[in-house]
Amino acid sequence: MLPAFEYRSPLSVEEALELLAKYREDVKVLAGGHSLIPAMKQGEVCPKVLLDLRRMAGLSAIDPFEDGGLRIGALVTHRDLEISELARGRSPLLAEVASQVGDAQVRNFGTLVGSVCQADPASDYPAALLALEAQVVVASPRGERSVPVEGFIQGAFETALEPDELVLAIDVPRSWARTAAYVRVRHVASGFALAGVAAQILVEDGRIASARIGVTGVAERAFRLAVIEEQLLGREPLPGAFAEMIRGVALGREILSDGAASAEYRSHLADVCTARALRKAISRIGV
Amino acid sequence: MKSHLTFELNGEATETFCEPRQSLLEVLRDELKLTGSKEGCNNGNCGACSVLLDGRVVNSCIVFGLEAQGRKVTTIEGLAEGGTLHPLQQKFLEHAALQCGICTPGFLVAAKALLDVHPHPTEAQARAWLAGNLCRCTGYDKIIRAVLDAAPSASGGK
Repeated sequence: MLPAFEYRSPLSVEEALELLAKYREDVKVLAGGHSLIPAMKQGEVCPKVLLDLRRMAGLSAIDPFEDGGLRIGALVTHRDLEISELARGRSPLLAEVASQVGDAQVRNFGTLVGSVCQADPASDYPAALLALEAQVVVASPRGERSVPVEGFIQGAFETALEPDELVLAIDVPRSWARTAAYVRVRHVASGFALAGVAAQILVEDGRIASARIGVTGVAERAFRLAVIEEQLLGREPLPGAFAEMIRGVALGREILSDGAASAEYRSHLADVCTARALRKAISRIGV
Repeated sequence: MKSHLTFELNGEATETFCEPRQSLLEVLRDELKLTGSKEGCNNGNCGACSVLLDGRVVNSCIVFGLEAQGRKVTTIEGLAEGGTLHPLQQKFLEHAALQCGICTPGFLVAAKALLDVHPHPTEAQARAWLAGNLCRCTGYDKIIRAVLDAAPSASGGK
């Protein structure tokens, strides 16, 4: 059995924020707990207070914005995203990633917001969330703020969240839903991404009018391929046409190197996944 | 300090007391003496502790018992009806889809979750849905064959 902790399950955001302000670093927030509880079992974290979001109203919802975007509450599971008609219709890229996270058991209880707050560099989501330019909705005694996922995730297992802040949701703006794809190479045993690339492109009059590409698993934090996004503008979206610009997309970054994959191999996989993600996104034009 | 916990367990209203730090698996095994769900890795990796929570398969070792409050839990003990084995259990026997047996309750529960959603799964679907359950004996083939063979009778010929 785990070491004892004080268990609190507030009913409102205000109540939760009071607890966070009071206990600060001593409190851990529980949503699905699929990162937190294993870490507690390993003795890596030992919270004095556990703040369970389960009874707070509204956090289990996937809500549509009028402009075509989505708000995904802190208790929405990977499986909820995978099967939600709303999510599949408005952000198939995110639903596609959700369907590939972990295994069935993990998808049924683990949450998108929990995964982002964990900031595991091998997590699948950041690639898509960067490509989608998603925002993290953060509440604190000072009010609510929205932080781009790109800035929210600051490093391996590091976020911009202050001890008295609580993530309520992730907002996904209206996207060019149908021409996006996520491609990864996963570690055979753990299932985590050695490299994963999400791409979405907008085609107008037969030319690429906009492109967003996010890369995860390769460096300490996910990153955008801003240079390639720029180079793609105005080009014809032909499958496999961009091989010359996809060489060493991760170069210049601190590339992860561990027992699962060397830096050189991860760098290679980043190129491979980028090419495949672009090809797959392009193949979906007009589908 | 123990908290009061009420939920539906294998179709029956159930109440017990548990500590917030107890996993659902610990509540089932230690408080309610239902030892069918197994503790394998106890860390969310192996699936031996799989139970259904509101119809979805979860690893009960990394879900706190209190999370079951007001919800429906199905364990391996809830699969057979009276003295009649669930078709999955019957086919696991016929296909010899087990050796040591530790992973078997988890596989059966996870396979039930699969057949509840996809009554006629493809082999690829079955393998994907059962990827969270580890077996170190069988090599999985017999398990997959048993699940696919159980599908017609589990769906009542539909």
